Amino acid sequence: MNLTLRVWRQKGPKEKGHFETYQVQDVTPEMSFFEALDKVNEELITAGREPIAFDHDCREGICGTCSLTINGQPHGPDEAATGCQLHLRAFKSGDTITIEPFRARAFPVIKDLVIDRSALDRVMTAGGFVSVNTGSAAEANSILVPKDKSDAAMDAAACIGCGACVAACPNASAMLFVSAKVSHFALLPQGKPERDRRVLAMQKQMDLEGFGNCSNESECEAVCPKEIKVCNIARMNREFLRAIFWSKE
Amino acid sequence: MKLDAKIPAGSVSQKWDKYRFDLKLVNPANKRKFDVLIVGSGLAGASAAATLAELGYNVKVFCLQDSPRRAHSIAAQGGINAAKNYPNDGDSVWRLFYDTVKGGDYRAREANVYRLAQVSNSIIDQCVAQGVPFAREYGGALDNRSFGGAQVSRTFYARGQTGQQLLLGAYSSLMRQVNKKQVQIFPRREMAELVVIDGVARGIVVRNLITGQFESYAGHAVLLATGGYGNTFYLSTNANSCNVSAAWRAYKKGAGFANPCFTQIHPTCIPQSGEHQAKLTLMSESLRNDGRVWVPKKKGDTRSPDQIPDSERDYYLERQYPTFGNLVPRDVASRAAKRMIDEGRGVGKTGLSVYLDFADAVKRQGKAKIVEKYGNLFDMYHHLTAEDPYRVPMRIYPAVHYAMGGLWVDYNLMTTIPGLFCLGEANFSDHGANRLGASALMQGLGDGYFIIPYTLGGYLASTKLPKAGTDHQAFAEAQRLAHERVKRLLSSKGKRTPVSFHKELGKLLWSNCGMSRNEKGLKEALAKIPAIREEFWNNLVVSGSGNDFNQTLERASRVGDYLEFAELLVRDALERKESCGGHFREESQTPDNEAKRDDANFSHAAVWEHAGEGKDPIRNQEPLTFTDVVPSQRSYA
Ligand SMILES: Cc1cc2nc3c(=O)[nH]c(=O)nc-3n(C[C@H](O)[C@H](O)[C@H](O)COP(=O)(O)OP(=O)(O)OC[C@H]3O[C@@H](n4cnc5c(N)ncnc54)[C@H](O)[C@@H]3O)c2cc1C
Ligand code: FES
Repeated sequence: MNLTLRVWRQKGPKEKGHFETYQVQDVTPEMSFFEALDKVNEELITAGREPIAFDHDCREGICGTCSLTINGQPHGPDEAATGCQLHLRAFKSGDTITIEPFRARAFPVIKDLVIDRSALDRVMTAGGFVSVNTGSAAEANSILVPKDKSDAAMDAAACIGCGACVAACPNASAMLFVSAKVSHFALLPQGKPERDRRVLAMQKQMDLEGFGNCSNESECEAVCPKEIKVCNIARMNREFLRAIFWSKE
Repeated sequence: MKLDAKIPAGSVSQKWDKYRFDLKLVNPANKRKFDVLIVGSGLAGASAAATLAELGYNVKVFCLQDSPRRAHSIAAQGGINAAKNYPNDGDSVWRLFYDTVKGGDYRAREANVYRLAQVSNSIIDQCVAQGVPFAREYGGALDNRSFGGAQVSRTFYARGQTGQQLLLGAYSSLMRQVNKKQVQIFPRREMAELVVIDGVARGIVVRNLITGQFESYAGHAVLLATGGYGNTFYLSTNANSCNVSAAWRAYKKGAGFANPCFTQIHPTCIPQSGEHQAKLTLMSESLRNDGRVWVPKKKGDTRSPDQIPDSERDYYLERQYPTFGNLVPRDVASRAAKRMIDEGRGVGKTGLSVYLDFADAVKRQGKAKIVEKYGNLFDMYHHLTAEDPYRVPMRIYPAVHYAMGGLWVDYNLMTTIPGLFCLGEANFSDHGANRLGASALMQGLGDGYFIIPYTLGGYLASTKLPKAGTDHQAFAEAQRLAHERVKRLLSSKGKRTPVSFHKELGKLLWSNCGMSRNEKGLKEALAKIPAIREEFWNNLVVSGSGNDFNQTLERASRVGDYLEFAELLVRDALERKESCGGHFREESQTPDNEAKRDDANFSHAAVWEHAGEGKDPIRNQEPLTFTDVVPSQRSYA
């Protein structure tokens, strides 16, 4: 099959970007979308031109590195999948596909499709942890966790930190990302002692980074490759109110 | 090269306790005077960094990714071993030790393996305390499953995302130390040179991957936790960024490289679908808990699997290895699959795969239970192949997966360069010639949480280190070397891309130094690699500049290192004339085609020493002695 790619090219953070068009010929439906990009890049390099810069690493949907908006949708048309899991069978020969970076104020472009998501790390630094030093842990089975609670914590912890939720949100809010981490800990006994401190610190940092507010659009849930649910946001709001009204922090 | 493994005296079960007591301690108030540089933020690097920072050291962490949380460890699926014996099925520290030494085909150091088994239980405690959501039973206690090469259930898991959850645990502890200003993180940095002053590792030069600039960092010790070199083969289950470059730089500066030919080929990966393919995807070994491996009994049987009745299927692992069945170790399972395919009984369009079938498990346990255990793996398979593994058996094929070889380290995890330590997959230590499933996560975290915090303290407390800042001329010299390399890569105005050379090398290695190896093929590879390398330096094209984000340049630099390292890998395979674990020399097999060791001549780690550019490397030996697990022909039948 043959495809036309419209790709965002931007030399650096301060330069203006624009779309460029590339033809990809003789690709097959079982190829991954990224392998089609690889093919374009190999041709560009051979011609002595600069290839399209894009982030990727595991190529199996777990590292959260890839960050492409494909035909207007973060991670593209497949449900519950990352861009690196997308295959050409999702398209027809002759299709034109538009590729941009995840767009959000808090995610400046580094080059072409590569963005800076260090804001997410800074939110985690503010409170996304349990304060326990190596060596001071109790015997593992001395902490019993009901299976449903543990499963729900795992559902939230499955977040890969890709930032698609931010890119999909009309307000560029990071509520789904932050609430997934807050929920993961709030659901487990290990997270309880610091729950107030954690939610206050993470939300504060989130605001400082320039992420927007949540206005219940649920676009985040729709694009999340790990199907993290918006009920986590509701849980975080409860944790936040609890912390504001009852905590001594 | 002097190889002193520094194995403490005493009985194997007493060594570590006694040694920890004997190690000198760094006074708490003095710890903040020490700077520790850690390259790598995977399980090994992140756990070491967090723990050393908690103790009070000043820590700097460097990684390739945009965030430490994305290190390759994130992709580990199946689980992590520990000798908790929660299922009451006969496990113990001693059994984990025994299984690991035997699984590694008696090519690992007993003292190290015992210590690893000993700390395994504390790892689980630590991870649970961090909030790692391991799978649980209805009563709230932790659940276990089985992995290859063991007859007990000792594997802890978080669905099919164990590596992700363990890494996020270590990462959260790391970020807590960033919050406390004990750790500084330097993401998107690639180590370009190791700086050695008066024979001691004192710093690194890294390339900032966004600006292209070289930066110097000085410290009192350097820890490499840079992962494995499986990507030398081009196609592997490793993430794109995995590489050998950091270890290779250290080798060139005098660190011994041990057993490079010990590479693990994992039996259950999704088969290659075409030439375009950039990587292979693993299907976790945990699937062999419930999946049954089979091929048709008849050669060239093209019927769809549901048309082949049970009586015409060959469940060859269950047939050949009745005691361990589908849970034989990886090297054994991979070679068995290869034998079936070589006999012409492979399945799928290309005939290059075997079935992994869940029909019985779904019938016995119900689909809901299978979804709960392996849901994300089945989804991954579905995304890649567009086939539904709940209905059609998976098709799998072996692929390069893990590096047992790596930088040689002594009992302290120190390389042959004083002050340079190596942790996790990057070192050679604990898995011998074949790693058992779910033991890499255990080793990475064992090294980082529970071993290096002691042994590094011992080193710093007992070594006098003169002041050496980044103004020392050794840093200027290292920067000059790094600059020159980039200049050389950019100045080549040839026709071929870095990836095209990488592919060519990978194909050669896979066919001549892959699942089975022989003298003729190895010699042929040894002759061809220098020719590919020469063409690389004459006919390479790298577009763009050295002054900004340039992924082609990054790749070119790594491929340049693979082209040197691959020669060492093949040379090591040629010199080791025995078969052991994942290293299968056709000349050395038992009547049933199993790996046949030659203990009289090869019961040692081969440690390679760089002798200078253009000179043959020197092969040194660390003899292995076994006092507690008596070597025998491995049997899983
Ligand atoms: C698909 C897959 C599944 C697996 N499943 C399991 C499992 O279920 N159980 C199990 O026990 N093991 C499993 N393994 C093996 C295990 O995941 C790895 O061996 C382990 O995670 C390696 O951890 P590490 O910390 O040593 O290195 P890595 O996690 O690979 O981290 C390497 C770090 O070094 C950095 N780095 C590398 N080179 C440089 C450089 N030149 N400059 C700067 N930084 C550098 C990287 O950025 C990264 O931060 C699996 C492996 C794969 C590929
Ligand atoms: S590359 Fe890892 S999630 Fe896409």
